[in-house]
Amino acid sequence: MIPAPFDYRRPGSVAEALELLASPGAALLAGGHSLLPLMKLRVVSPDVLVDVGALAELRYVRLDGDTVEIGALTRFCDLVVDPVIREHAPLLARAASSVGDRQVRHRGTIGGSLAHADPAADVPAAVLACGGVVMVHGPDGARRVHTRDFFLGRCRTALGLGEMIVSVRVPRQTHWGFEKFTRRALEWALVGVAVAGESVVLINMGDRPVRAGVTEAALRQGASIEQAAGLAAWNTDPVDEPHASAGFRQHLARVLTRRALQRAAGRVPGGLS
Amino acid sequence: MARIEDWALITSGGRYVEDVRDPALAGCRYGAFVRSPVAHARITGIDGSACRADVFTAADLDLPPAGRGPVVQPWLARDVVRYVGEPVALVVADDRHRLADAAAVVRVGYEPLEPVIGVEQALAGEVLLFPETGSNVVRVHGTSFDGAGFEGCEVVVTRTIVNQRLAPLPLEVRGAACVWLAGRLVVWLPTQNAHAARDLIAAALGAPVRVITPDVGGAFGAKMGADPEVVVLGWAARRLGRPIRWTETRSENLVAMTHGRGQRQTITIGGRRDGTVLAFRLDAVQDAGAYPRSAAKLLPKFTCLMAAGAYRIPVVEARVRAVLTNTTPVASYRGAGRPEATAAIERAMDLFAARIGMDPVAVRRINFIRSFPYTTPTGACYDSGDYHTALDRVLAAGGYRELRAEQERRRAAGDVVALGLGIGCYVEVTGGGGVGEGARVVVGRGGVATVHTGSSPHGQGLASTLTMLVSHRLGVDQVIVRHGDTDLIARGTGTFGSRSLQYGGSAVSRAVDLVVDRARDRAADMLETAAGDVELTAGVWRVRGAPSSRGLTWAELCSAEELAADVWFDDAEPTYSFGAHLSVVEVDTETGRVVLRRMVAVDDAGRVINPETCVGQRHGGLAQGIAQALFEEVRHHPDGSLVDGCWGVGASELPDFELLDMATPTTRNPLGVKGIGESGTIGSAPAVQNAVIDALSHLGVDHLDMPASPMRVWQAIS
Repeated sequence: MIPAPFDYRRPGSVAEALELLASPGAALLAGGHSLLPLMKLRVVSPDVLVDVGALAELRYVRLDGDTVEIGALTRFCDLVVDPVIREHAPLLARAASSVGDRQVRHRGTIGGSLAHADPAADVPAAVLACGGVVMVHGPDGARRVHTRDFFLGRCRTALGLGEMIVSVRVPRQTHWGFEKFTRRALEWALVGVAVAGESVVLINMGDRPVRAGVTEAALRQGASIEQAAGLAAWNTDPVDEPHASAGFRQHLARVLTRRALQRAAGRVPGGLS
Repeated sequence: MARIEDWALITSGGRYVEDVRDPALAGCRYGAFVRSPVAHARITGIDGSACRADVFTAADLDLPPAGRGPVVQPWLARDVVRYVGEPVALVVADDRHRLADAAAVVRVGYEPLEPVIGVEQALAGEVLLFPETGSNVVRVHGTSFDGAGFEGCEVVVTRTIVNQRLAPLPLEVRGAACVWLAGRLVVWLPTQNAHAARDLIAAALGAPVRVITPDVGGAFGAKMGADPEVVVLGWAARRLGRPIRWTETRSENLVAMTHGRGQRQTITIGGRRDGTVLAFRLDAVQDAGAYPRSAAKLLPKFTCLMAAGAYRIPVVEARVRAVLTNTTPVASYRGAGRPEATAAIERAMDLFAARIGMDPVAVRRINFIRSFPYTTPTGACYDSGDYHTALDRVLAAGGYRELRAEQERRRAAGDVVALGLGIGCYVEVTGGGGVGEGARVVVGRGGVATVHTGSSPHGQGLASTLTMLVSHRLGVDQVIVRHGDTDLIARGTGTFGSRSLQYGGSAVSRAVDLVVDRARDRAADMLETAAGDVELTAGVWRVRGAPSSRGLTWAELCSAEELAADVWFDDAEPTYSFGAHLSVVEVDTETGRVVLRRMVAVDDAGRVINPETCVGQRHGGLAQGIAQALFEEVRHHPDGSLVDGCWGVGASELPDFELLDMATPTTRNPLGVKGIGESGTIGSAPAVQNAVIDALSHLGVDHLDMPASPMRVWQAIS
């Protein structure tokens, strides 16, 4: 439970962070709730930790026309309570509120969660459902990556060497549904579903957040929610484990998609608490 | 009286083994164990040359074996490893932060052997853990079966069910701090019984040992005595001439601390269509893990002993075969063989009720034991009980009839959320393991009473209860309770098997009696009257019949010389606590998710001394039984590695418990008390399991193994 030795640096600005990130074996540390456990288990052993957690310039939420812009170091707890998020991107508030416990939500950041890209994570799926765009800075300057192109696999993203997320831009979207199935409180989703507008994204049903494309198409063609939800597990490849088989997860995906769509359609009660 | 231990234990001020800052430990080194990553293999070599630390292997240890015969766990694996997590080498470094780096570069060569995983494979005997013994069966307990009891039965139901393996998961993992002082090993060790730990370590090391038990962050049966690691650490501290500390990691704890439960049970129940049960057979195979611990001794004994449950069944046959597998050794875990027996009989009663189309409550009422003492066919002699009243009370408090009506309404309406009601009636032997307990009570200067008890509380709140006992009897304000130090306590048995109040409390009570007798003589002398003429009232000794006379306080009485009494108490027999639990669950038939809505419980442990401590034990016990029913399971891959699972349960998963009081005294000990430590666990697991099955009964489900995971529920109904 003690990580391998590493150097620790704490840059004062994004520019300085990028400089430090260029050194070999460097890893970016934000809230630390994904990276530090992996280091303690010695799954990863970076040589240098570049701790940007205290960079205030990356912790903000603002409305820019019909887009909500969220600084990469905005905490989950900020997303839960921020009035702009709650009004214009309520799905993010709901998804963030389901992450871990209070302590975790006060450390974990939206940028860290996206960069870590765990397919079982709630917030990346919600950002993808919203059609979010990831703003990236790196050695070659700034670029924007749409979330549909951002997640490349289990804990793999389009972030290049030495790049970091500085913010996320999410189109305003108030039509939402969210379902997360866990056995106990505080767990990762066995399966989850995030719905924003026309978009349906499955949590933990593959190696990355997965669009339920067949369901979305069926809905566009006028299928009922029940019919469309029945197609939610098409083309999914969830992990098969003794306590939750792939078949069971696909079944859950169909049930939860129906419930999330019903919530989005206002057919069942439920809102932000 | 409010509990006195809790604040320190749960906030700060508790002193666990990691917190011990004794000067003798200055300059200590840190130990870590290299453990087997494979379940069954021959060790082809161990190379610690790249390790910048001291490395010790079995070849270095000059210690006698831990027991006789071939089937004994070596202190460190020698030649063969038999489970994932078995200690293979000890690494000792100066810097604890470098310890993991040092342990990581110890190279161990393994030549794989086929692992034996699961009791079926163990019984098949194609691969043997100890080939020289010719079998993986290490113990057979109980009777042989003749089948005659089932001949006159109108209905016989048989089913094979699994009481799954669990991890004890104490909040505090295992650890130790060892130092040799003047030819004697001093060990700070979180244990349930310091004296047994001392004897084990001393026998292994051939030297005197003192064990000091700091605060213990939970044990549940898995911190009995001392594990092999502690002996190796004590040996290494002697070899190196330096103190050594050790704390395992949480991941390590999951594979290296003993597990609990782990029985595959074939249950057969027979009787008449009017609900009378005539015969019950429990044929269980106990997975003992790789080396025999209490799963090869105590658990089979208790399971057989308690097979009849709360019922007057003319023929009860019980047999438990303990087998070795290439998995973590299995030992006691909150209940140790009794929850397994209770789960079997309570499932059997429901299966029988379902087969004859009778309400499970009615079948239980017909078959309850109603007169005491009662000796069961497997030899348990129940002291006292009132099983039908316990059940009637939970049914009344729960509103059983109304709940049944709601269940019918939901079914008729096609509600996707099904309602289920489950009953768990139990009897359990408490104080059934280990005899006797020591106590010393001293009233010293200032009138402060000090209690030395051989019991070893580790979260139960026994110090509060003993404080109450002593302060009520003596009328003193200040009571200090000491335990767990083999230098302070001459003899001790420890805390396990719900025994502490019956034995430890009775010992203290008797010591208090002796102190009072001696105080009476002294008070009479000082008051210049006869011993028969003085009395103790509210902590003051006075001449009888002269309430306004100048009295003697304990402080005055003991100002020159303390008053003390030493007792070894073994004048008691095991008692049989009992109770009834009603569980109400909702099952989402679309997702398989089970939510526990209500838990109504009677737990009758005889006379209650400290209600708060009693309630605390019931709460924790209920939570652990519910966790077994719904969540927990230790599973192994066929290769013997641990499968990621679901461990523990939190407040979020539990309703407020509805606890009813009932106290049927016993005459088997002077206090009239029975044990309460394991009751909640024993009753709640079958109650919740039965409730889940009841919720799905209209869908053709008559059994589901624990835990009732969503997938298992979904598979049963789809």
